[in-house]
Amino acid sequence: MTRTKYLLGEAVRMALLLAAVSVAAFVLITKAPIDPLVSYIGTNSTLSQEAKDEISEYWGLDDPLPQRFVTWAGHALQGDLGESITYKKPVLSIIRERFSYSFGLMLTAWTLSGILGFLVGTACGIFQGSPFDRAVKVFCLGVKSAPTFWLGLLILTVFAVQLGWFPIGMAAPVGKLASEVTLGDRLYHLALPAFTLTIVSMSEVVLYTRQKLSEIMSSDFILYARARGESRGQIIVRHALRNIALPAVTVQFASFSELFGGMALAENVFSYPGIGTATTAAAMNGDVPLLLGLALCSAVFVFAGNLIANLLYGVFDPRIREGSGHA
Amino acid sequence: MKKKNEKILEIEELTVSFGMYRKGFQKSDLEVIHSLSLDVEEGEILAVVGSSGSGKSILAGAALHLLPGNARTGGQIRYRGKPLDDRACKRCLGREIAFIPQSVDYLDPLMRVGKQVSGVYGTKERQRELFRQYQLPEETERKYPFQLSGGMARRVLISGAVMGDPKLIIADEPTPGLNVEMAMETLNHFRKLADGGAAVLLITHDIDLAFHVADRIAVFYAGTVVETAPTEDFRKGREALRHPYSKAFIDALPQNGFRPLPGTQPYAGELPKGCLFADRCAQRGQECEGQIPMRELRGGKVRCIHAT
Repeated sequence: MTRTKYLLGEAVRMALLLAAVSVAAFVLITKAPIDPLVSYIGTNSTLSQEAKDEISEYWGLDDPLPQRFVTWAGHALQGDLGESITYKKPVLSIIRERFSYSFGLMLTAWTLSGILGFLVGTACGIFQGSPFDRAVKVFCLGVKSAPTFWLGLLILTVFAVQLGWFPIGMAAPVGKLASEVTLGDRLYHLALPAFTLTIVSMSEVVLYTRQKLSEIMSSDFILYARARGESRGQIIVRHALRNIALPAVTVQFASFSELFGGMALAENVFSYPGIGTATTAAAMNGDVPLLLGLALCSAVFVFAGNLIANLLYGVFDPRIREGSGHA
Repeated sequence: MKKKNEKILEIEELTVSFGMYRKGFQKSDLEVIHSLSLDVEEGEILAVVGSSGSGKSILAGAALHLLPGNARTGGQIRYRGKPLDDRACKRCLGREIAFIPQSVDYLDPLMRVGKQVSGVYGTKERQRELFRQYQLPEETERKYPFQLSGGMARRVLISGAVMGDPKLIIADEPTPGLNVEMAMETLNHFRKLADGGAAVLLITHDIDLAFHVADRIAVFYAGTVVETAPTEDFRKGREALRHPYSKAFIDALPQNGFRPLPGTQPYAGELPKGCLFADRCAQRGQECEGQIPMRELRGGKVRCIHAT
């Protein structure tokens, strides 16, 4: 009963969030110095003024702002986000295609950074103050402070340009037919952007896990476990890991927004044809429908991450799972 | 003829200090326990009584080697005649020596109670048997610590302690937060354990409860034990006691007129020389500024040169 109520509440929140994001994005874009007409026909168009006015009128560009928003929102609700000026294709199909690339990139980086970050962070927490711990800490703080695009360029320079181990960019070899591109090609091209994004997202998990573990190791229940004769290893396996796993997993889901931002930068550095490069292209070309569509898409994505994080707490934390029934 | 009981735990001249930074980067040691001596025999409950915040819990931590890394201990701690060092602790903790913490907060919040009571040395059968013995419903083992009531949590912690048939039980403030009946019930469990041959070191601030179950009482003041005496002497009142602080302690109880002693316990960093109680004592003199050893007196022990 409470669960249904909770999910219903989350659905309402989602709807409100999307509405707010659409309004904000719409207002921002209409107030920006972008002329959709110019974007569409190009600056060197030979169209007569009458023809331009006719298009303007047909698109409703001179209507008041609220009316224009309602028109757009009405279509959006029916699943029609308009047509992209840049790619001359429906926005929805572009997002779908681009997202499949970005999704692979983000999933790889997210999984790797989660697992590696947790392991390294745990090791740091256990051997706190050791040279290993100190080196990792310096590395993580460095990565966290460095801009993602700069880190991406650095990795690109070292591994693709100097060492030549990986391709410089794109998602498939240049000049190869789409039908001939193998899974191996895809993975080979995915490697560097995924590596960059992994490094960027990992430092957060490492530092968090490390901090949380040392907090837990100095808590009362660890003291009691020691008094019960548990060895260091037993304490870590029985108590410490159990208590850091849950917050670590939730933090990982809640980090979807940083992941999305990092992805956009990494894709641009590696010219990877995903959502990130599409966003840049849309912005450069004044592609209003695509920009709006991408704004909605990223809002849904980040919201989903936070929702999953919240739901997981309810599933895994006994204090929440069994708390409502008792007490 | 009663046979002489074995001394289970003997603590002699124990000092504990914490290294800490004061005034910037100047490192200094803060001594919180000073030349503390006490012993517990088998079949006996020794209550260590003192006001809250006077460092009693550190005593338990020091005995079981559970203090944080910046703590330094001196003096001797012996368990059944042998030094209780790291190796001995490793061998005995959780089996022969049990620790009962203050509250349910000492249980892992994410682990089911049954599994925690069993610990690493216990068995499920023994855990079920103990739950029956302490009248804990069978489903308790599937609960999480936050689902336990105060009284249940107390019985759960005791079950954990007696899992391995301990010879020595150290209980740190086992009664706060319990009502009088439950506190009495808890202490009666300790009494039974002692009657079964275990030595119980009961650390508490509640002297009334100590009166009910303890065989001997050690009075804790400013980081040391100033007097150890049979509980009988405390029941008889101030005349039977030896140390001026013990007498004042008794006078301050509600049933004895509620007469508080002026002043406060000295802070660990600013202790007087010699007798720690000197600045609140009516009998103090020049001679109190020297070393005051613990001495035997009328079947108890006292750290005061004027006591008779």
